[in-house]
Amino acid sequence: MSSKEHTVTSDELDVNGHTNPGLPEHKPRLTDTYPEIERRFERQVAGWFVLSMLGTVLFIVSFIAIEPGESYDLMRLSNTLLGLGATLALLGIGVGAIVWAKNLMNDHEVTESRHDIHGSEEDRAIAVEIIKQAKEESGIARRPLIRNTLIAALALAPLPAVIVFRELGPLPGDKLFNTLWDQGVRLAIDTGGIPENPRLLRAEDVTIGSVVHVIPENIHDGDHALDEKAKAAVLLMKIDPDELNEDPERADWSYDGIVAYSKICTHVGCPVALYEHQTHHLLCPCHQSTFDVTDHCKVIFGPAKRPLPQLPITVDSEGYLVAQSDFPDPVGPTFWEINTR
Amino acid sequence: MSTTTPEPTTAVGKAADWADTRMGASKLVREFGRKIFPSHWSFMLGEVSLYSFIIVVLTGTYLTFFFYPAMGELHYDGPYVPLQGVEMSQAYQSTLYISFELRGGLLIRQMHHWGALLFVAAVSIHMLRVFFTGAFRRPRELNWLVGVGLLALSWAAGFTGYSLPDDLLSGNGLRIIDGIIKAIPLVGTYISFFLFGGEFPGIDIISRLYTLHIMIIPAAIIALIAIHLIFVVVHKHTQWPQAGNTERNVVGEPVLPTFAAKGGGFFFLVFALIAGLSAFFQINPVWNYGPYDPSPVSAGTQPDWYIGWADGILRIAPGWMEFYIFGWPISMNILVAVIIMVGVLVGMAVWPFFEAWVAKDNREHHVLDRPRNAPTRTAVGVAFVVWYLVMWAGASGDLIAVFFHMSLNDMIYIFRFLFFFGPIIAYIVTKRICLGLQRKDREVALHGRETGRILRLPHGEFIEVHEPLDPHSAWRLVAFDSPEYVPAQADENGKISTAEKWRGRFSKFFFEDRVAPLSKAELEAAHAHNEGHGHHLDSEGNDQDGQGRPLPH
Repeated sequence: MSSKEHTVTSDELDVNGHTNPGLPEHKPRLTDTYPEIERRFERQVAGWFVLSMLGTVLFIVSFIAIEPGESYDLMRLSNTLLGLGATLALLGIGVGAIVWAKNLMNDHEVTESRHDIHGSEEDRAIAVEIIKQAKEESGIARRPLIRNTLIAALALAPLPAVIVFRELGPLPGDKLFNTLWDQGVRLAIDTGGIPENPRLLRAEDVTIGSVVHVIPENIHDGDHALDEKAKAAVLLMKIDPDELNEDPERADWSYDGIVAYSKICTHVGCPVALYEHQTHHLLCPCHQSTFDVTDHCKVIFGPAKRPLPQLPITVDSEGYLVAQSDFPDPVGPTFWEINTR
Repeated sequence: MSTTTPEPTTAVGKAADWADTRMGASKLVREFGRKIFPSHWSFMLGEVSLYSFIIVVLTGTYLTFFFYPAMGELHYDGPYVPLQGVEMSQAYQSTLYISFELRGGLLIRQMHHWGALLFVAAVSIHMLRVFFTGAFRRPRELNWLVGVGLLALSWAAGFTGYSLPDDLLSGNGLRIIDGIIKAIPLVGTYISFFLFGGEFPGIDIISRLYTLHIMIIPAAIIALIAIHLIFVVVHKHTQWPQAGNTERNVVGEPVLPTFAAKGGGFFFLVFALIAGLSAFFQINPVWNYGPYDPSPVSAGTQPDWYIGWADGILRIAPGWMEFYIFGWPISMNILVAVIIMVGVLVGMAVWPFFEAWVAKDNREHHVLDRPRNAPTRTAVGVAFVVWYLVMWAGASGDLIAVFFHMSLNDMIYIFRFLFFFGPIIAYIVTKRICLGLQRKDREVALHGRETGRILRLPHGEFIEVHEPLDPHSAWRLVAFDSPEYVPAQADENGKISTAEKWRGRFSKFFFEDRVAPLSKAELEAAHAHNEGHGHHLDSEGNDQDGQGRPLPH
């Protein structure tokens, strides 16, 4: 080790005029001084390694003994025992090795000198020479025609690699402006997922103060039902008509106090699922945008800007709630082309 | 092949000879076997990052054998009763299979998730350590940049993996990402359609994230880790300021055997920690959330911790930040999250060069700064940490409001206030604390340690006995780098450039408030002064003068 000791000149060690006193004297540990303590640590380290072996055995036994698929409780038990076995197997090795290193291995601090990161003057000169030689042998400096066309070719060559990504998806087109809602499309109850036979909704089924999660009855008509549901999900609420503060232009968009609004937040698209009965506020659980249902779902708090789009509804001749048209305004998060139609 | 070494006779000797004549193993052992690594707990943070990444790669590889990254719909018929008959994607179904039916599957899945959380946390804290100790300074600026890249990749790795099970919670997370992408001016809608293969959610996103998650991102992380470690070898490790440590040496433990035993043991400890967490603490129970469905959402949901600050910004930013120019939307209420995240990464990347420019400091630094000895840097760092934590806590604003029975709206107002003023307060307080600690160091170096022992002198005066420091303890209190305010300098034409004026302003900001380190003369004067009064005690508590003679009473 002493061969690695760097002989430092004192001015290298000086900082702010103070002289570095050098490493403090090494203090022997108990294990260095007392053989019986050394033997105790030796046994302790071996003990940790034995614990590790027991952990491995526990893992293997639990793995063979417990079939987790039988029940939820067995799954949890299997996880706990396998995890405990793995933890002990790993912990034993880890603690054993560290106790060994800290108490039984040499703990004298060793000094190594740092060297310049840059090459020597000779290295640099040779490197420059090699580059010069390469430049000379290739003639890249003397033949600008080759050099410049090469640069242009290399600059253009990656373009195909970019252009192939055009195939990642279709262009947006008018998809973000249209949903499955249309004139006469009946409102069905959203029972979760994509129901085989959507249950339809009559106006008299909706009582004051109730809130119904709704999807269009023709949810299976699109290419992907989930894509359609992601745009068409609607919240239906019935509010005492006296409490509704309706714009005269939109007075016929509701039916007997029943109003329908897009459930997709105009902020970043979470479902606005929390309805406060007392205040008639809709709250987005993701980012707490708050919409006032009595005032055409205008934003009254939080990060959203646009009101939730309203779905104009009425009842058909059989008494079912139906849409009058698609949403007049685009649903979901704001996007660049939102005002283009 | 001719060799001058004697023929090996033992089995080990033969094996070593075999390896050496094929790989040059002896050169490797010679080069690295006694390489010195300084020992300090704060240097283990980078090790935790590396080890947790290895564990995540091991557990993740196992998961790929059983996970189906596909969005085809099927009806669940596995053992978990509440979901039987429910329509779900193959990705979600195979996650349930791993969790319920595969022996050890849930353990591996939970270890992968806990390991990933620990990985991002360890990388973050490791970078804070590097920042606060100035370890990013020359010659390590490039390695700091590699670290910034690794931090960004760790977020990407975490988020792409988080979304794979296609459960309700992660699906809503993806939908938020879609909303953020759509807010990007001009190209947002197109990027969204290209990423999802059409409209959200589509049927492509899981397999695309899977490719990123198991190949592109880990490959990039492994490449950067390799560069990171090569740089550590080239630069050798930094060390704390203490007696014996200089800019020209490195003091510590040799790789073989001590550092290897400690580091190897520590790998197993990190592994054991992750296994223990996975055995006893449930993480991401996707069976409780159900398969992804665009309509329902659960209240009080939280993203994984490292996404929290982005989610918090989305909650804190008010809606009026969205505005329209000739009908074209600029959704600053959403884009601000992207701008802050990118801005933070860019800010981290330029910091080493910025600080070197301000301080006109182009020297190599291998001895670390104690954070107090770089008060402005430390204060800026703490201000950033506070700012980050405000945004991060913002993602839990609803839970905090419920817990403290507060109005949710008031909670958001508080976060909006703290977003701006939290960092300013933190900056001022931290800088004062650093300067105060520096003054205390100065005091201790000058007059010694307060022993708490009160002595009554013969003429009735009470004094507290100060015990002078031994030179080894005193060293780190007096020997530290302390740049001074350098006003803007004129160039050779006598002109002060605009850039130089700015440098001068920043220099004033950084170094105007400064506690100068003790000079040798001050220290000697103080010792002479102390000797004059002679109020030192020897180890038995006898009053002594400076020469160790009992004082005349």
